[in-house]
Amino acid sequence: MSSPTRRVALKVVGGTLGAGAFAYAARPFVQWASALSVDEVLRRHYKELTPDEMSQILRQLEADTKARYGADVHIEDLPPQEGVSFGYALNLSVCIGCRKCAEACHVENNHDRRTNNSYIRVLEMDQGSFDMERGQVDYDHAVPAPGKYYMPVQCHQCDNAPCVKVCPVEATWKEPDGVVVVDYNWCIGCRYCEAACPYHARRFNWQAPEIPADQINPDQGYLSNRIRPKGVVEKCTFCLHRTRRGQLPACLEACPTGARVFGNLLDPDSEIRWVLEHKRVYVLKEELGTRPRFFYFFDV
Amino acid sequence: MSDHSPDPVDAIDLPRSPTPLPGHHITYLRFLGRGLRLAFTGSWRFYAWMSVLTAIGLVGLNAWGQQLLHGMQVTAMTDHVSWGLYIANFTFGVGLAAGAVMMVIPAYLYDDHDMHDVVIIGEILAVSAIVVCLGFVIVDMGRPDRLWHILPGIGRFHWPVSMLAWDVLVLNGYLLLNLHIVGYLIYMRYLGRRPARRFYLPFVFLSIVWAISIHTVTAFLYQGLGGRPFWNSALLAPRFIVTAFISGPAFVIVLLEVVRRYGGLRFGDGPIVTLSRVMRITVLLNLFMLGSELFTALYAGGAHATSVKYLFFGAHGKHALVPYIWTAVALNVASGVILLSSRSRTSRRWLLAACGCAFVGVYLEKGMGLIIPGFVPSTLHEVVEYTPTLTEWKISAGVWALGLLVLTVALKIGLAVWTGRMRDASTPAPQVAPVDDDAAAEPA
Repeated sequence: MSSPTRRVALKVVGGTLGAGAFAYAARPFVQWASALSVDEVLRRHYKELTPDEMSQILRQLEADTKARYGADVHIEDLPPQEGVSFGYALNLSVCIGCRKCAEACHVENNHDRRTNNSYIRVLEMDQGSFDMERGQVDYDHAVPAPGKYYMPVQCHQCDNAPCVKVCPVEATWKEPDGVVVVDYNWCIGCRYCEAACPYHARRFNWQAPEIPADQINPDQGYLSNRIRPKGVVEKCTFCLHRTRRGQLPACLEACPTGARVFGNLLDPDSEIRWVLEHKRVYVLKEELGTRPRFFYFFDV
Repeated sequence: MSDHSPDPVDAIDLPRSPTPLPGHHITYLRFLGRGLRLAFTGSWRFYAWMSVLTAIGLVGLNAWGQQLLHGMQVTAMTDHVSWGLYIANFTFGVGLAAGAVMMVIPAYLYDDHDMHDVVIIGEILAVSAIVVCLGFVIVDMGRPDRLWHILPGIGRFHWPVSMLAWDVLVLNGYLLLNLHIVGYLIYMRYLGRRPARRFYLPFVFLSIVWAISIHTVTAFLYQGLGGRPFWNSALLAPRFIVTAFISGPAFVIVLLEVVRRYGGLRFGDGPIVTLSRVMRITVLLNLFMLGSELFTALYAGGAHATSVKYLFFGAHGKHALVPYIWTAVALNVASGVILLSSRSRTSRRWLLAACGCAFVGVYLEKGMGLIIPGFVPSTLHEVVEYTPTLTEWKISAGVWALGLLVLTVALKIGLAVWTGRMRDASTPAPQVAPVDDDAAAEPA
């Protein structure tokens, strides 16, 4: 009943329809693929780049930022300083939960404006409890509220960092000054580090960040606050584009109560050393063995 | 293997052809060509099946393109629940791939001859399941354009520290092992030659150990994370293996029934009896492990139990996964009850029902039921829920469709060779008269 010619005709029609469907279905994929540049796809890892290649990439990134966001920015790749190992401490007795630090981070680090992203989350905790289960991050009232204390959490720059361990491509590592960084040009976006971090310190770029040109912080670092591409992970870097120049992190400068202390752990005269030696200090989730460089203390 | 003469080791057993055999580069290409032709010809049922799978695959491809173009904001994943449906399916897929080894173990370790007759089906399933796993890893990546970064020797492979690097190694190794075994056995059968044991037997034994390793490594991926108490349990890897030996045999039993009906392969009930015996144990073992986990979490209580509470009863007013997990438990219990009753031994229909229940039950429990509670509550104890978007469902369906396409084509070629319907021209004809490629694929 099915003659060979009819069978062939059916196959030809089917094949043509199939090819058409394939071309249609693949369109967004082709559109995505054609926007990729060969140079970018084949670019080597941060640690394998020569100084010349790096400066070329920096200029390219500046040009891209100009083209895409309409802003003139300056991107640098500042190396860690000799004899410097950063540490950060936060005084829970004086933190009032105003979230100025989170806001400053948002502005300084060129975060996506739509999501109001920040590397800092502030937990409102019940007096008499260390249980984060009872903490709130989305409180919306005058602070400090009675019966509450506040605990800002950001990247702890762990010396035994689970995020660094799990990364399958070495896209994240610990720098000699203690800061855990991400090469945004090398990250494959698997988000294993996000699953591994016990402090909710990592963020993924679920879309390309949106920032109006006049709000872009033009003073940028390759490993820190340059505008991140979509599909990669990012994190707090203790503002290394500032701190490696001897400035303080943006969150510290924004704090109205002076709750934050930042400095060089190797300098015996530093304020951070004084705090660690004289205050009652603890680290978050110490039992996990992550060895944070971010400390909490009380004024007693 | 470019020698023109047959392998000396097995030369005595080989049928002698009057004329020298053409080189493998010719016969192998011819074999591939005929296989390819076979993949595109068949009954109307075959065309319908392949068209539906292709259509679903294309819907998935389109959705994946949109995801790449617009970023992963098109998914429901967040910084709180940073893995979702893709990784859930990936985890289940690894179990399926590992579970297929439950055909290889009886066939080769216990000399089960009935199982030996159909073991190729398990190996083909393993290949297809790994394709599914790799597919889900790739669609979960934010930057698949940088896939080469993860290739050992070419990118920067963080091995042996990263469990994901291990996973890349074991999954691809398992794929290659099974491709080699399946490809070699089928090609030799096509040539009408006895396969040289040294070319496949060591790989078969390696693949048995390797099957356990792929699922152990995948479990270690999660259970090595100290910051996620729900996963950070020594029971995870053993439970993964046990559930693999539920979903694998369940799928294979159904597949064997399909092959018996449409694949033109005749075999006894031995393999199905063996596999259902395996399931009779593993289904109960899984329920026991579930009970043990629930007891540990709930008896002691505390913050570490929140994920379990959220999964089974809801927490902080959120209960998206509650109906999900109880469905899984009900299905797992149902499959256990059916398998224990004598009906599963006397009625094929009841056995298939048990397989269906077990397969879906494990899929729910080990997929979303395992991945999502790892993120709820988050490490700062925020409770953010996750329900996959339509895009995620489309992409996931597409990846599964791709896996089924690979499975169908591989089975079609494999069975055609296995039953003697497709063989090399110089191979002596089997006792049965050769039949048309298509005809035998028609339902009996």
